[in-house]
Amino acid sequence: MQSSAFLSRKEMIGFALLAALIFIVFPMMLDSFRLNLFGKYLTYAFVAVGLALCWGAGGILSLGQGVFFGLGGYCMAMFLKLEASTPENTSIQSTPGIPDFMDWNQLTELPVWWQPFYSLPLALFAVVAVPVVFAFIIGVAMFTRRVGGVYFAIITQAFAAILTILIIGQQGYTGGVNGITDLRTLLGWDIRTDEAKTTLYFVNGVLLFAVLFAAQYVRKSKLGRLLIAMRDQEDRVRFSGYNVANFKIFIFCLGAAFAGIGGAMFTLQVGFMSPTLVGIVPSIEMVIFCAVGGRLSILGAVYGALLVNWAKTTFSESFPELWLFGLGGLFIAVVMLFPNGLAGVWSEKIEPRLLALLGKAPADKSAPDGAPAE
Amino acid sequence: MQERFILKVEDLTVSFDGFKAVDALSFYVEPNECRVIIGPNGAGKTTVLDLICGRTKATAGSVKFHDQELLTMREDQIVNAGVGRKFQTPSVYEDLTVFENLELSYPKGHSVFGALVFKRDTDVRARIKEIAETIFLADQLDEKAAFLSHGQKQWLEIGMLLIQDPELLMLDEPVAGMSVAERKKTAELLNRIIQDRSVIVIEHDMGFVADIATRVTVLHQGKTLSEGSMERVQNDPKVVEVYLGH
Repeated sequence: MQSSAFLSRKEMIGFALLAALIFIVFPMMLDSFRLNLFGKYLTYAFVAVGLALCWGAGGILSLGQGVFFGLGGYCMAMFLKLEASTPENTSIQSTPGIPDFMDWNQLTELPVWWQPFYSLPLALFAVVAVPVVFAFIIGVAMFTRRVGGVYFAIITQAFAAILTILIIGQQGYTGGVNGITDLRTLLGWDIRTDEAKTTLYFVNGVLLFAVLFAAQYVRKSKLGRLLIAMRDQEDRVRFSGYNVANFKIFIFCLGAAFAGIGGAMFTLQVGFMSPTLVGIVPSIEMVIFCAVGGRLSILGAVYGALLVNWAKTTFSESFPELWLFGLGGLFIAVVMLFPNGLAGVWSEKIEPRLLALLGKAPADKSAPDGAPAE
Repeated sequence: MQERFILKVEDLTVSFDGFKAVDALSFYVEPNECRVIIGPNGAGKTTVLDLICGRTKATAGSVKFHDQELLTMREDQIVNAGVGRKFQTPSVYEDLTVFENLELSYPKGHSVFGALVFKRDTDVRARIKEIAETIFLADQLDEKAAFLSHGQKQWLEIGMLLIQDPELLMLDEPVAGMSVAERKKTAELLNRIIQDRSVIVIEHDMGFVADIATRVTVLHQGKTLSEGSMERVQNDPKVVEVYLGH
């Protein structure tokens, strides 16, 4: 019958498996260096989950999610940088008390728009609000004019390029190509120690689940079904009496909010933020995480981010120059062979066989949304 | 006091790169009237519906629905004002079930926030069930629309309009591409649903037209060639020459 429950039994198992993996298996199996790496991978999962909603459900392909990830990350980094730049720490500068890169660029006072980032609540608010406002402006400009599909993807990519150039060009205000580095403490708590990194890993995991539950709620709401309807028959949705642009703006902003949270967690766990995480290449990589995981599945998106990043680290440790070819090949393979990604492989190939092995009749053939195999 | 006309189309013109697909067209639809638009291919029939429902922007003229000017409104605003439209090719949401297709057309929760908090309460379920029975799809509620036959998709789309309960219903070739049996069932269905509302239908099947039409408008090259009862139109020599003759 119509499943209106928040989580079907199958989805509940999928969520539980992922929770076990993130909160039990990884912390037990990995040393603190590797765990921190996996924490970093999981920050990309925030973006991938947003893309699963925007692109997978709604058909809005954004090649500029790095912008929102970066904006969230920079908002966090600005707060941490100000905290690290006490007059005592920066006493050798010609202007003590401002971030080091500003001093190097002959700035003698903190720019006005940096001032709010002295406050943690304001900075945390900005982590979500800045990406959302930016996404809202892009969304209103594009969707009310009915720009969509490939054109939208190209424009978002242009935004990724523009933001990178802007950050690099405005060295004195942004730290330029080096980004914002040498971040030390969060309200006096040293974030560089192993214990702090482990704590942040768990905070990250909890936030990721909060985002997953929010995404699941949207998917299960009528809005989730409308997104699918819009993807297939945009005109019909209009003639069913919906203002399609508003729905696209909403989901695009939601994806941006998720990405912003991921970016902030990246800054906290990795200890810096730089324009290399904002531009075109990382933005496209984020789409690949989502595609590999299965763009229709929010859990698949998490596995995609984990798997691709793990492969990236593993391969680039041994064959640094071959990794990009590997990534390209992976993307082509997914598109050609497994259009629904890992989640599709799981729900179409592995799960039926598993159930057959267990002697159960195949369960309901609902939308692919299971945990892919390890 | 009821108004004389529910829809007033006056001097409606649309020009595509100089070609006037609809040329200074005027017609009026009364409450509860079933108006059938016929005409040869390229006469501008579908374009007229597109203009009324906001899919195509008019070059000049006016379309008034209850004294509301439709030409300046967005598609969704026109729908919410009470104008429903069925397309020529069945356009349903293939990835969603029949139930979900109907649910999305239910006239509630059409804002972003409304859609987020929309609940499938008993009213919604009852109404969807009722409509599904009307359109012969009560047993297919959980089936994905992609698996329906062509005729069933047409019915589903009619159902999606019915659940909106529009005051003015516009149907573009509702029986095209159907088998004889489906056609008969559809005619029966349409006869039932055109009660208590105004309907504009584009149709080629003359038997079907004679069956449902209150009045007929014959379009030719974007202009009205003839208008009146079926009998009158059928005996109009101009109509016989350009349309019925062959």
